[in-house]
Amino acid sequence: MASVALSEAEKVYIVHGVQEDLRVDGRGCEDYRCVEVETDVVSNTSGSARVKLGHTDILVGVKAEMGTPKLEKPNEGYLEFFVDCSANATPEFEGRGGDDLGTEIANTLYRIFNNKSSVDLKSLCISPREHCWILYVDVLLLECGGNLFDAISIAVKAALFNTRIPKVRVLEDEEGSKDIELSDDPYDCIRLSVENVPCIVTLCKIGYRHVVDATLQEEACSLASLLVSVTSKGVVTCMRKVGKGSLDPESIFEMMEGSSARLAAPLGHFPAAPYQLVTD
Amino acid sequence: MAMEMRLPVPRKPVSESLGRETKKHLVVPGDTITTDTGFMRGHGTYMGEEKLIASVAGPVERVNKLICVKALKTRYNGEVGDIVVGRITEVQQKRWKVETNSRLDSVLLLSSMNLPGGELAEVQAVFSDGAVSLHTRSLKYGKVPPSLVKRQKTHFHDLPCGASVILGNNGFIWIYPTPEHKEEDAGGFIANLEPVSLADREVISRLRNCIVSLVTQRMLLYDTSILYCYEASLPHQIKDILKPEVMEEIVMETRQRLLEQEG
Repeated sequence: MASVALSEAEKVYIVHGVQEDLRVDGRGCEDYRCVEVETDVVSNTSGSARVKLGHTDILVGVKAEMGTPKLEKPNEGYLEFFVDCSANATPEFEGRGGDDLGTEIANTLYRIFNNKSSVDLKSLCISPREHCWILYVDVLLLECGGNLFDAISIAVKAALFNTRIPKVRVLEDEEGSKDIELSDDPYDCIRLSVENVPCIVTLCKIGYRHVVDATLQEEACSLASLLVSVTSKGVVTCMRKVGKGSLDPESIFEMMEGSSARLAAPLGHFPAAPYQLVTD
Repeated sequence: MAMEMRLPVPRKPVSESLGRETKKHLVVPGDTITTDTGFMRGHGTYMGEEKLIASVAGPVERVNKLICVKALKTRYNGEVGDIVVGRITEVQQKRWKVETNSRLDSVLLLSSMNLPGGELAEVQAVFSDGAVSLHTRSLKYGKVPPSLVKRQKTHFHDLPCGASVILGNNGFIWIYPTPEHKEEDAGGFIANLEPVSLADREVISRLRNCIVSLVTQRMLLYDTSILYCYEASLPHQIKDILKPEVMEEIVMETRQRLLEQEG
């Protein structure tokens, strides 16, 4: 992650502030910064979204391509994630510096989607064992301002919501060879239901309390964080601990029950209202 | 506990809200300023193909025969007598390297530092007195483009709301709670790590958000503008100040008060 040099006094100030529930920019421990979401920003993708969370800027593009299903799951399509930490975000990502972080984020995304209910993979199947849709989700980090995972998960959810997959028909010849016909009408497409797509909530432990949506400075003061991926119904799909420090199991329960349960609902309502204005 | 999602809104151009009649001639690098060769070249321009071309982005300034382009976003260029706030990045044998948002890291020689019990020595030409032997009772520090800090006589301001602000000419700003007793400047670096009271903290956070909003609306920073902005922000909650519409409202009010004060 991008790091910021802080003096001892500044760290102490941040930690004391968190104890008193008043962070540096006036937020409480459970307040998020303003999020700006925009979809349909990249024209030659099947779906795209851009999310700005404070100084963090993420761009996600989804491309739907036809391919063969995996051997162990012949009736389903699948998602492939790729995360690119560009040097625009911070000079630390120059050259191969951003690759580690990129693979870490991609692996986390694979884990949170690795269950039956997040995305209806069966709807991505065209003909079993032969053709299916593969969704290539590309994440581009434009600017790194703290709390990457949350912003990325919101952007991925928005991009999947925005994705339009053309409808196909499989025609069978007399000889038995199959032909795939793509419908000509660009509006004739299937949309994915993203109701159960989880969002990640990162809880950073600072001092004795935890905060959500940490800025870069706050992340520098935190030794351990908990990443919880939760759906709008409050179902937890994945949990991960990052950081060098240790977390007491009891504090983990406290963090999970408290914050993630409360945040699941507001995260779930998105993408409802703002979107109807943007898409179509 | 709330989370707000919104659609991006195009920002209103600043000049519209100001109602300025004279439109400045803005250029970007590569733009031709003039084909008249009678002018002298100033900063931010170069001669190419018989034309005067801009090398930075900003408004064109003309003083008689001299044309220059004042860059909107630059690194800090130090001058003798300036007050700067810096961050020590490296400690070497006889000197410290200080990061001051300039093109090169500044140096601070140990021989010219304030040592405990010693006398206040003259500091290197680039630094102003006492800027780095700052009493760290402090604790909040943010970065702002150097062009937005007004050059003034004093840069150490004790605001009546209970916090003090140091506006470094290099764009770094240091906000700290006003020390209750002014102890003798015995010099020396005392790191005071006591917890800051909640009331002071609220003032500091509010000030920080106000300064951030002034910067996003590209207003000049000095004690009066910060103070007016602080007063205009009082009816809102601290965390609301960061919302775009509240920010615009507060800065608009500040601008009006400043205009009234001048006129």
